[in-house]
Amino acid sequence: MNITNFLVTGVGGQGTLLAADIIAEVGLAQGLEAKKSEVHGMAQRGGVVVSHVRWGERVYSPLVSVGAVDYLIGQEIVEGMRFLHYLKPGGLLLLSSETLPPPSLTLSKIKYPAPEEALEAARKVTDRVVFIAAPKLAEELGNRRVANTILLGALSAQMPEVDPKFWLDVIVRRVPQKAVEVNREAFELGRKMGQEIAP
Amino acid sequence: MTKTLLSGNEAIARGAWEAGVEIAAAYPGTPSTEILQTLATYDGVYAEWSANEKVALDVAIGAAYAGKRALAAMKHVGLNVASESLFYSSYTGVNAGLVIITADDPGMHSSQNEQDNRNYARFAKVPMLEPSNSQEAKDFTMLAFDLSEQFDTPVLVRSTTRVSHAKSVVALGERTTYPQRKYVKNPAKYVMVPSNARGRHPVIEERLERLREWAETAEVNRIEWGDRKLGIVSAGAAYNYAREVFPEASFLKLGMAWPLPERLIREFAAAVDELVVVEELDPFIENWIRALGIPVRGKDIFPMVGEFTLGVVREAAERAGLLPSDGGAPVQPLADLPSRPPVMCAGCGHRDVFWLLRKLKVVINSDIGCYSLAVVPPLEATDTIGCMGASIGVASGMARAGLGTQRGRPRKNVAVIGDSTFFHSGIPALASAVYNQTPITVVVLDNRNTGMTGHQGNPASGDTLQGRPGKRIDIAAVARAMGVEYVAAVESRDWDALEKALREALDFPGPAVVVSHDICVFREHYTREPYRIIEDACNGCTLCFRIGCPAILKSDVIDVDSGRPKAYIDPAQCVGCGQCYDVCARQAIEPGAPIEFQL
Ligand SMILES: Cc1ncc(C[n+]2csc(CCOP(=O)(O)OP(=O)(O)O)c2C)c(N)n1
Ligand code: SF4
Ligand code: SF4
Repeated sequence: MNITNFLVTGVGGQGTLLAADIIAEVGLAQGLEAKKSEVHGMAQRGGVVVSHVRWGERVYSPLVSVGAVDYLIGQEIVEGMRFLHYLKPGGLLLLSSETLPPPSLTLSKIKYPAPEEALEAARKVTDRVVFIAAPKLAEELGNRRVANTILLGALSAQMPEVDPKFWLDVIVRRVPQKAVEVNREAFELGRKMGQEIAP
Repeated sequence: MTKTLLSGNEAIARGAWEAGVEIAAAYPGTPSTEILQTLATYDGVYAEWSANEKVALDVAIGAAYAGKRALAAMKHVGLNVASESLFYSSYTGVNAGLVIITADDPGMHSSQNEQDNRNYARFAKVPMLEPSNSQEAKDFTMLAFDLSEQFDTPVLVRSTTRVSHAKSVVALGERTTYPQRKYVKNPAKYVMVPSNARGRHPVIEERLERLREWAETAEVNRIEWGDRKLGIVSAGAAYNYAREVFPEASFLKLGMAWPLPERLIREFAAAVDELVVVEELDPFIENWIRALGIPVRGKDIFPMVGEFTLGVVREAAERAGLLPSDGGAPVQPLADLPSRPPVMCAGCGHRDVFWLLRKLKVVINSDIGCYSLAVVPPLEATDTIGCMGASIGVASGMARAGLGTQRGRPRKNVAVIGDSTFFHSGIPALASAVYNQTPITVVVLDNRNTGMTGHQGNPASGDTLQGRPGKRIDIAAVARAMGVEYVAAVESRDWDALEKALREALDFPGPAVVVSHDICVFREHYTREPYRIIEDACNGCTLCFRIGCPAILKSDVIDVDSGRPKAYIDPAQCVGCGQCYDVCARQAIEPGAPIEFQL
């Protein structure tokens, strides 16, 4: 069974579920079966959010397995690291430079890891790592909310078998009307960043 | 035909709508909440949040008696609350179709237990359908309405978190509507006094046998022949994992969890060399097959505890020798990462109450809601939490056993309960305490919504699910009317008033009630810009860390004298509540400027 596995991880409020929805819909747009499942915290702000997406001719399980993820999209450094063990050897890690230190750190000795630590840990699993200053780039585009679209652009660059038109169509359909243009720009910028390493 | 990605819950709502449902009632509870939220948006449906699950089911039963298709939805533990109504409606049967959705939570993503509600179908002698994906969630819900009318019975549909919250493709259809069925007064059927109930019991037994016969040939129970060396019986979410882990095996996929089809199972068992049941939680199917005298394996291979995943099913199968092992040890997650447990939001008014209660060193019998989070560090305020509404009764029992007075000064036990939980099941417990004059203090955290499950309306807010005019019920007035002689209503942010009320309530000889108006930041806003640490004044004493506000972080700046990091307030998260300002003993926190609201 030929199935492509994605895991999108972030913190409540980062738009993890929308990003995963878009990935799932791009699967459908190609005529594949797609399933999506999420594990998220409760109603309060700021919990861990993880979304599983799978594409294939026939997909039964909506959950991906540890060690089987082809594309891990970490929208925040710690949440990217927390799910590294899901990545299959040689899989792709797309990591945003976003740092959101959890409040548990105030009364603990543990420190928020530096990006270098995240990248070092990742390289033990794979040499395919794209680290993107998505929040900074998004701010430069004038809209912090497009950080995810930048990541999706980078992801699309790593999946040359998928026509970028599919991605853009779904993104345009799923973002607010007045933000369509900036999302297009963000997607194109992301595609450029994603070409940093060979797909 | 349109095809679209729907979650299991959205698909259940869609199925109910296409099947012509007209009345739907629920009490929120993860993972079931979105069913009513979705159904409420469809035309031609009356949908309500009831005060609890039992009321929701009674509302749906009444509507079905009256001749309109009706649905009630709840999380697994909600069916415990509604179980009385499940049992009598099994006896009375229905008129128009009645479907009850139970959404179970294997793995306890957001629940206090992982009970397996398939047992309720058997217990109450009603049929249960069990979908594995969103298309089935829609189809089975529609089928459930037909079965309900055909067999004159309520029908349970059991989902689980993984079915309710996973999205997959669903083919959408049109809505069929049915003329209202005529209600005919029929006490022998609808009045469950003993003489009538005795008449109904044999009807129920006979109905179950007819349903079993139906299940023998039902399309929802299907055999998928593969290699006959291994025959897998599976259902629900577990089927999805089993199908991927054993791509070659033969499958008996059971879409109907109860009653189970004896001949079909015998036929399947006879045709395979080894019979294995892959089911989440209890050995429900397995035990039933074993009782037929058929050799079968199941829970000796697969866990009884927790949610299944591909990994859980594969590893168990490898250990049992059903699959060759790939030999690799599973990769471990990185150690020592900062944890991110759920915490109350920045500015949550529940924090005020627990901060002051901690100071008063009382035994706290708490309840279920966002305020359950006061159990984790740094507040660690809570002594007990059981199920919704338990706080007041448990506090009463502890008070009668003298425990409340054992920590230092004589003090009463304190029950802490949210507004939604108060209306759900707190009121009878308070009535008991008043009636028996049990000396407890009840603190009702009135944030005017059902916060934990996503900010639904409730009797304390008066907001209704479909935006019809509702009525807000004043909790302090309820307490007074119930005969509570000390009742105070305060704003949680007014610490002086809140502390005074708590102390007076604790000193009051009989039952006392403090209603605290706690702001939920999803519904109400504070009127100040973010607060700020005055770096020169902060010495890193950690006091403000101890209220547990997620907007307060460690600064990179270290205080030279104490060697400790100073505090830092993240302006992106601070909502300007002022709790940190109130705890800081060094006046090192500066309030944000008042926000000018423009209309
Ligand atoms: C019987 C039952 N039904 C539903 C739930 C789901 N649930 C958890 S907490 C909660 C209510 C919380 O509302 P409230 O008491 O107002 O507290 P808040 O979360 O607003 O602080 C609900 C409905 C449950 N745990 N048990
Ligand atoms: S959602 Fe509302 S009630 Fe719940 S923790 Fe946040 S502010 Fe408090
Ligand atoms: S004012 Fe203080 S306690 Fe309130 S949200 Fe801001 S940092 Fe947190």
